[in-house]
Amino acid sequence: MFNKSRLKQNRMALVCLAVAFTIFLAGCGQKSDETTTSVSGKIAIQNSGSDTMVNLAQTWAEEYASINPAVSVEVSGGGSGTGIAGLINGTVDIANCSRQMEPEEVERAKKNLGKEPVKFVVGYDALAVYIHKDNPLNEVTIEQLAGIYGEGGKITKWSQLGIKNTACPSDEIIRVSRQSNSGTYHYFRETLLGKEKDFKLGSRDLHGSKDVVELVGRTPCAIGYSGMGYATEHVKKLKISREAGKPAYAPSLETALDRTYPIARPLYMYTIGEPTGEIRKYLEWIYSDVGQGIVKQSGYVPLPQEERVMASK
Amino acid sequence: MISRHRLETLTEPVIEWIIRLCGISAIIFVFGIFFFVFREGADFLFRELDLVEFFTSPEWYPTSVSHKRYGVLALIAGTASVTILAMIIAVPFGLGAAIFVSEFCNPKLKETFKIVIELLAAIPSVVWGFIGLTIMNELIIDLFNAPIGLTVLNGGIILALMSVPIIVSIGEDALKAVPDSYREAAEALGATRWQVVYKVLLPAAKNGLLAAVLLGVARAIGETMAVLMATGHAVKIPHGVLDSVRTLTATIAAELGEAPVHSDHYQVLFLIGVLLFSITFVVNLTADLIVKGIRQK
Repeated sequence: MFNKSRLKQNRMALVCLAVAFTIFLAGCGQKSDETTTSVSGKIAIQNSGSDTMVNLAQTWAEEYASINPAVSVEVSGGGSGTGIAGLINGTVDIANCSRQMEPEEVERAKKNLGKEPVKFVVGYDALAVYIHKDNPLNEVTIEQLAGIYGEGGKITKWSQLGIKNTACPSDEIIRVSRQSNSGTYHYFRETLLGKEKDFKLGSRDLHGSKDVVELVGRTPCAIGYSGMGYATEHVKKLKISREAGKPAYAPSLETALDRTYPIARPLYMYTIGEPTGEIRKYLEWIYSDVGQGIVKQSGYVPLPQEERVMASK
Repeated sequence: MISRHRLETLTEPVIEWIIRLCGISAIIFVFGIFFFVFREGADFLFRELDLVEFFTSPEWYPTSVSHKRYGVLALIAGTASVTILAMIIAVPFGLGAAIFVSEFCNPKLKETFKIVIELLAAIPSVVWGFIGLTIMNELIIDLFNAPIGLTVLNGGIILALMSVPIIVSIGEDALKAVPDSYREAAEALGATRWQVVYKVLLPAAKNGLLAAVLLGVARAIGETMAVLMATGHAVKIPHGVLDSVRTLTATIAAELGEAPVHSDHYQVLFLIGVLLFSITFVVNLTADLIVKGIRQK
């Protein structure tokens, strides 16, 4: 009996040890790799940031792997802020951004790494305003959007836009927005309301570009904004005009490029200091016709021919 | 035999120490976590946070350019409303199921029942959230004619389903702990089965059942992913169960990843963490004291 209970005690200790060891290992495993270290003999480029750009960045990375197998580009999303934070901490080589870095962020990068972040425009994105496909509304002005989304805005019912949204019996406009640190959120707010003003509280703040379109597609009362490339058959893209009386334009390659569509924005990639080596080659490839072809395929707006020279801006 | 004896005298203290370390480590971890969470937010707390605004303003504008406002009243209201609704649903179901499993169920069914309940506890919260976002969203829109299905009701039902397994298993343990002599005595007096439950078992196990409920509450308050997806994540004080809300946990989950390290926003999120920690701590402590109350009886 005595021996048996002792055996049990030993086993308990072993279990405890095993658990402790696993926790220890798990803790270690989560440490991220140093920048551009080799993973399985390859050179790895860490590419992270904007949720709007994550599909595009993923496609670039996959295509590039077949062209240059010695380099693996590791893409993750999370939002422009996440990419910039990674860039500043030194864990990310290229940050994808759907907004520009704030002066404050540039300062922090300089302080942390001693080098200035360098900005590249790699394409354009038209931000589409989505509604449910059964909603009869076709066009909207920037001013109306400001009334719907802005703090103090008076538009809360579909009937105030002069339509009868029969699929939505309550007539209430359900605002779908993004979490407050997404680049898309900042860009949309600035375009509608200027730098100083805020959105109304009470919007449904979703975590991803795709989620917004998904929710709007399921909700007849909803309105939401997201990248043009995320459209599905359940939603409708609104035509947008700069002010009442002016012509309204649907988001497309042409209207985004000639700036007639009012909410189109550049997509950025940031590096720390002028890029060199494999990172430079990768960016040059993105600026090539192949790289820009992928921009178009992914539903974004490629750079016009004269801008297809890699140059920091 | 002799060599073995020697080995044991050597290993014995080592193993004893390892076990002791395992025990102590849990305490160190808890205090360590609290310390680090508090330290991350402490600077802002003492520097410029207006505590009155923090607790009484529903305006949460952490990334505003012109006028940053950190009011968590709407978030507290969100957490409270979802948790209360979840408990209104989960407590009767959970306790009912616990009574059924421990008193009315035949042993064979009991085994199946317990496995199924455990299965319910094994579903990851992201999956629950996804159910809320898709199936429940459309159901609520259709059934209640609501403009959107991501509401307190949606989150409450999902949290209820998530906390029922905890309430059932702990509640059942509490009922099992009531000595059989109580049941026999009641039956000898001619009580029906329901009378035994109602007049004898429930009063005898009331502390354990209360603890079960409180642990369910703690689960509901701490849940993040499912409520992030199911409640609509909208900063507002709900006026009914068909309003969208945002909870404290979901706010941290959604915003911490992108708040610049050591910015005010980042520190306020950690202070929300401290607030949550305190709430769950109080709930757990209450549950613990009540359970202790049982043991002393």
